[in-house]
Amino acid sequence: MQTLNLTVNGQPREVPAAAHTSLLNTLRAQGLTGCKEGCAEGECGACAVLIARDDGQGGTRWDSVNACLVTLAAVDGAQIVTGEGLGSPAALHPAQRELAARGGSQCGYCTPGFVVSMAAEYLRPDRVDGQHGAANGFDLHALSGNLCRCTGYRPIADAAYALGTPDAADPLAARRTQPAPAPRPTALNALDGAFHRPATLAGALALLAAHPDAKVLSGGTDWGVEVNLRHARAAVTVAVDHLPELRVFEERADSLLLGAGHSLSELERRLGGRVPLLSAWFPQFASRLIRNSATLGGNLGTASPIGDSPPALLALDASVQLVGPDGVREVPLAGYFTGYRQTVRRPGELIAAVRIPLPLSPLTAFHKIAKRRFDDISSVAVGYALDVRGGVVTRARIGLGGVAATPLRATETEAALEGQPWTETTVRAAARVLGQTGTPLSDHRASAEYRAAMLEQSLLKLWFESQSTEQEVGA
Amino acid sequence: MSPHERPAAAPVGEATAHESAALHVTGHALYTDDLGVRLQNLLHAWPVGSPHAHARVTGLDTQAAHAVPGVVRVLTAADVPGVNDAGVKGDEPLFPTEAMYHGHPVAWVLADSEDAARLGAAAVQVSYEPLPSVVTLRGAIAAGAFQGAQSTLARGDVTLGFGQAAHVFTGEFDIGGQEHFYLETNAALAHVDEAGQVFIQSSTQHPTETQEIAAHVLGVPSSHVTVQCLRMGGGFGGKEMQPHGYAAVAALGAALTGRPVRLRLNRTLDMTQTGKRHPFHAAWKAGFDADGRFTALEVTLTSDGGWSLDLSEPVMARALCHLDNAYFIPHVHARGRIARTNKTSQTAFRGFGGPQGMLVTEDILGRVAPLLGLDAQELRQRNFYQPGQATPYGQPVRHAERMHDLWGQLLARSDFQARRAQVEAFNAAHPHRKRGLSVTPVKFGISFNFTAYNQAGALVHVYKDGSVLINHGGTEMGQGLHTKMMQVAATALGVPLSSVRLAPTRTDKVPNTSATAASSGADLNGGAVKNACDQIRANLAAVAAGSLGVHPDDVRFEAGRVFPLGHPERSLDWRALVHDAYHLRTQLWAAGYYRTPGLHWDRVAMQGEPFKYFSYGAGVTEVEVDGFTGAYRVRRADLLHDVGDSLSPLIDLGQVEGGYVQGLGWLTLEELRWDESDGPQRGRLLTQSASTYKLPSFSELPEQFNVNLLERATESGVVYGSKAVGEPPLMLAISAREALREACAAFGPPGRTTPLPSPATPEAVYWALHAARADQREEVPGD
Repeated sequence: MQTLNLTVNGQPREVPAAAHTSLLNTLRAQGLTGCKEGCAEGECGACAVLIARDDGQGGTRWDSVNACLVTLAAVDGAQIVTGEGLGSPAALHPAQRELAARGGSQCGYCTPGFVVSMAAEYLRPDRVDGQHGAANGFDLHALSGNLCRCTGYRPIADAAYALGTPDAADPLAARRTQPAPAPRPTALNALDGAFHRPATLAGALALLAAHPDAKVLSGGTDWGVEVNLRHARAAVTVAVDHLPELRVFEERADSLLLGAGHSLSELERRLGGRVPLLSAWFPQFASRLIRNSATLGGNLGTASPIGDSPPALLALDASVQLVGPDGVREVPLAGYFTGYRQTVRRPGELIAAVRIPLPLSPLTAFHKIAKRRFDDISSVAVGYALDVRGGVVTRARIGLGGVAATPLRATETEAALEGQPWTETTVRAAARVLGQTGTPLSDHRASAEYRAAMLEQSLLKLWFESQSTEQEVGA
Repeated sequence: MSPHERPAAAPVGEATAHESAALHVTGHALYTDDLGVRLQNLLHAWPVGSPHAHARVTGLDTQAAHAVPGVVRVLTAADVPGVNDAGVKGDEPLFPTEAMYHGHPVAWVLADSEDAARLGAAAVQVSYEPLPSVVTLRGAIAAGAFQGAQSTLARGDVTLGFGQAAHVFTGEFDIGGQEHFYLETNAALAHVDEAGQVFIQSSTQHPTETQEIAAHVLGVPSSHVTVQCLRMGGGFGGKEMQPHGYAAVAALGAALTGRPVRLRLNRTLDMTQTGKRHPFHAAWKAGFDADGRFTALEVTLTSDGGWSLDLSEPVMARALCHLDNAYFIPHVHARGRIARTNKTSQTAFRGFGGPQGMLVTEDILGRVAPLLGLDAQELRQRNFYQPGQATPYGQPVRHAERMHDLWGQLLARSDFQARRAQVEAFNAAHPHRKRGLSVTPVKFGISFNFTAYNQAGALVHVYKDGSVLINHGGTEMGQGLHTKMMQVAATALGVPLSSVRLAPTRTDKVPNTSATAASSGADLNGGAVKNACDQIRANLAAVAAGSLGVHPDDVRFEAGRVFPLGHPERSLDWRALVHDAYHLRTQLWAAGYYRTPGLHWDRVAMQGEPFKYFSYGAGVTEVEVDGFTGAYRVRRADLLHDVGDSLSPLIDLGQVEGGYVQGLGWLTLEELRWDESDGPQRGRLLTQSASTYKLPSFSELPEQFNVNLLERATESGVVYGSKAVGEPPLMLAISAREALREACAAFGPPGRTTPLPSPATPEAVYWALHAARADQREEVPGD
């Protein structure tokens, strides 16, 4: 069996690897059983670990990720820290100490994962007192991807708010000033398939040309679920999210170009509130643990009709930059989806970037209807971007998810708004059109009737909230 | 000193962190599946699940499975040397010839890796003859598909009661089930020791029953099987009965192959195969006098028991015994029956039917309050038990006044009346968002309804160096039982908590244990641990009395010092005393035993005194509902709960908070959906993963959460004056459901009833407020 190299809790380890082995199972087989499987689909966070990543300024960020969704071969050469590596019973890490003392663990199974998520936020370099409504600047959303069935969360929140700042002796804090390990080109031929992390875009495209059915891995938060729960196996997997060409970030006069390989967390940091619709959208996309791995390229590549990026990006009139053997082409996102999980992307092409045209429409919103307020899958999602000038809607872009086999632009509703006065009468008429858009289904998440009602209500909510100071309190 | 009085400076009552907290937070705490990693030559098990909700197995060909590399053995019914049954009712074949639900394992494959076992399972050829299936509770009622005993709880004459009523209402109510979603799924690890002794590590709440079932499957006496449970990553009732079959499969595999066998369900398998909280249907008729007091209640409860009986009968008994909740209902006729459906076999879940019974009556009160012209808080309070009254099953309501006191304290603490005015003002000013504020009580009976389970054992060793090792029959699933037992032992022996160590629960240390369930773990095992410690202390007191020159009754043990009553300055060191006692040939270890006194229960007549006492509590919850979507937030929750004199306040607080949030999940978010179509997936659980079955996360934590334990609440006759805590707080979350109802109602005109389904998901809330709004439009034409 082939082996790969990891550094775990400061110790170099040579570990057996196959194309579908997860980081979680690798760590457990190494005896690091503090890393737990609770769901194997990135929902519970019991497997959270810290991974050292380039912070973009020559240093290291400690990102928390779900080890169950990380393909081991995709992190060859990485530095990982588990709950065991943060502290020991005799010398607890501050996150461990606060959780233990405050009743933050009951059965204890989810606890190492919470410790890791807390440690990541503790180590967040731009955490400043007073941020996120917390004296110590701790963002509780850092824990939104961790489930606890015992405590009811209150003692965990208290532990988080009791954390101070890492001191000079904190090895992980000190580590932040050193560079992160660079992505290592990897080629693995195992019994269960081949896995490639090519060094260059050209290499990636050559692999895709040779293996048109290869699984493209960018973040892997969807593929990990397929592998773990539906036991999917690919003959060839090609990891691409590390490629520099897929990690562009350009602010131009007429557009923003967002590389498809950035994690969503990285994009959120880089955008820094530049796109208000996306600022509203990021916290509603899964959890911090997922956003630290998931990419725009991955979300558009899987092309799920309930993916959360299309409704927002459709409202922003985004286009998708595809790169292939014949060069680069750009297609409007509105024309990108062709059927259930089908797109215009040709075999051999990669999603390189997403372009958001400027200027941005001033009135935007992202409405996600789901059972749970955070970290849930949409029943319906609606993205809005409207220009209202002199009391008249001059431009409307509305993106929908969850109402058809593909994400949709609500073009008829847009037409019912454009050129009309921005009044309740216009909105009620347009909302009726929106409520009849698509062909929503009934399933375990919601009934078709509710989905249709939510489309109609969503536009009414947008209008009423734009007219009043009455705003729902956020998270 | 009376037996349960607390000595000064006692470790019981201290706010102590969980005994394993430092292991939990560092990932050093081991769970059953963590142990397998440390074994060589391990085999992994994977099930062959039925693709039909109901089908006869007409053939099973394992040949292709054996061709899969790594597959070592396929376990089928033919391999069972003993009894092919995983339950205690004889209706749960371990290897069935009739698949009773979608996913029902009909065989298990053992292989060198989990992947190989899974591929082997896929290769097993099973032929099925599909049979008609029942996959809904209402379908079972219509078809008359019931199982087990039907029971009736009755008092007085409901005809007379309805005759006395000024208002009579009828209704129906469907209550959803709940998946336990313990973070650690079911797991077992078995190997055969020397001389055929089978050793099973199991994530089980009931090691003795796991042992008995593994033994009868293997066809050996119980003495040949030892079950150990280090700890569970959550249980909540879901590991009271469900682990037995998995432990038996692992044990069978180990016995047949001579290799250790690991069986761990992944989340999908666990949710697909294991029982859940019972969904219930209630059809009711309730009478009230002109003042809003109950005159009569007639109810038929039907639970969805799933494919086998499991614990459905006692669950129904507890549901019937909790219909009254905190209310005196003079005339009651309540019938309980258990539907048989082709679904997982529903089982124990925190509250054990009590929540469903209670919810029926709380739902009635919430629905009818506006029709009676009373606010719901007043209606509830008016119906409380008064001292001297008895429950419909004939048990006097001990400490009935405590409910009144607690209720008054909570209303004051939560500033209920002022906040109600604020909620009304908010609602008047906000057409699209409404708030609701509600208070509900909990009265929950403590003890197993099954009287024989109300006993426990313990084994306490004092070693020559004065260190203490305790062992008891209860299991640790996060509820802090072990922490409490260490505190009890340290208190009873008068040593510091740091001198006491606890060894894992094992059936060869303490036999014939009861399930750690019914909130009774600390009461029962605490009684047994204390009994063992008292024996040892009496032996030591006799030795110390000689040295100190006092009567043994006047020797005091505190914090590692032993001294004559009133003379702490003349103390002996505990370790020195122990050392001397050994040399004088004194027994320094003891087996302890406890049986709850005063219980009697006629389960056919449904009369008696099944409970040692009642646990009281109340919750106030405020919610805000978005009128556009039905989405809601819990703005604030105030809970006040009676745990007697807490053995361990940090642990108890955690139980109250955690119970509330788990109850909130049951009543709002968590929705089990099965495929009810006639398609090929009929009967399949559609919500079989964390991505489709949503439990509360951080976003459901109440924005303000004030939780307190009732003070001056000594419960005489229970270990150190404490009360049980595990289950009752779950039902405090009914206040959140009632607050949602009030918020929905605020979208409509006053004086109307507002039905609300359970769970009250955002969609359900949306339709409820939509209906209320429609009432508003009807009332104000042209609006």
